[in-house]
Amino acid sequence: MSVSGHRGSLDRALLTLTRLSGVSPYLTVGGVVLAGVLLFAAAMGARLVLAPRAPTVMKLTTYECGVDPVGEGWAQTNVRYFLYAFLYVVFAVDAVFLFPWATVIRSSDLGRASLVEMAIFICVLLVGLAHAARRGLLRWV
Amino acid sequence: MKVELPMPRLGLANNDAPLPIKIVLNWGRRYSLWVFNFGLACCAIEFIAASMARHDFMRLGVIPFAPGPRQADLMVVSGTVSDKMAPAIRRLYDQMPEPKYVISFGSCANSGGPYWDSYCVTKGVDTLIPVDVYVPGCPPRPEALLQGIIRLQEKIASESLSTKAIRAKYAGSRRVTSGEVTRPLLTNPQADATLAGGEQS
Repeated sequence: MSVSGHRGSLDRALLTLTRLSGVSPYLTVGGVVLAGVLLFAAAMGARLVLAPRAPTVMKLTTYECGVDPVGEGWAQTNVRYFLYAFLYVVFAVDAVFLFPWATVIRSSDLGRASLVEMAIFICVLLVGLAHAARRGLLRWV
Repeated sequence: MKVELPMPRLGLANNDAPLPIKIVLNWGRRYSLWVFNFGLACCAIEFIAASMARHDFMRLGVIPFAPGPRQADLMVVSGTVSDKMAPAIRRLYDQMPEPKYVISFGSCANSGGPYWDSYCVTKGVDTLIPVDVYVPGCPPRPEALLQGIIRLQEKIASESLSTKAIRAKYAGSRRVTSGEVTRPLLTNPQADATLAGGEQS
């Protein structure tokens, strides 16, 4: 199933509308963004004029289960948890970069070149994954 | 230490807001209560039973188990309030954002209940925080909590928020702190000793 050939019905509707009205698609995107910003501004404005406001000293203190807060807000995490970030980068960030590749792989001028480039990209990530596997991080605890 | 905070007030457009807006806001507020369950004792178990499948209070719009007071607008005090717990209840009630409501669930929270004679029980949570609905029982059945929630929803439906009401809730009749009022009555012990005639204050 090629991603470029299948557009959702909403995409098709917006695209048809844009082409019919003769405006550039970027204007449509800008219109959607503007609508979102206006909606947010309306909601916050309604809150500003309608919401009650009653700040007291106790209300503004830091929450600590009803008792006086002690210590600082910062807590130190053990550095070994960086491995979660490492595996996240290998899998999730990798996947994010694979999605745009899927839109150009069928095109005649970019397809084969993108295949070679993505192979290099995935190999670099595989080196990191192999390191993690060698260290025993992929074994179930 | 004096803290400069503005007086409690409602938004400026509340007086001019047309009635349909007030009706819509009351409707939204009463059917989307997020409950901060202050479960202290046996009544907490009945509260949990009311949140579960058979007597589900989520169908009334009440979402259970807010993560903390700052995300809640309804506080259900269920169980015996001991004197040790009382400051925490007051502090957590203070940390809830306006507009907030309190249901006192069970006879211990209403008035001390079977422990009315104890040395260490707060005789009713309304000695600490303003309560909107009292649900009697020891423990009340989950259906009683459902009725209490419905009663609260009726109360919210007919309510009309006003700046005066909010200020009255925060002891609006007091315009100064107690320290400012009593300060002239106290003298500095050092000053008292050095003054020859023992000036009366």
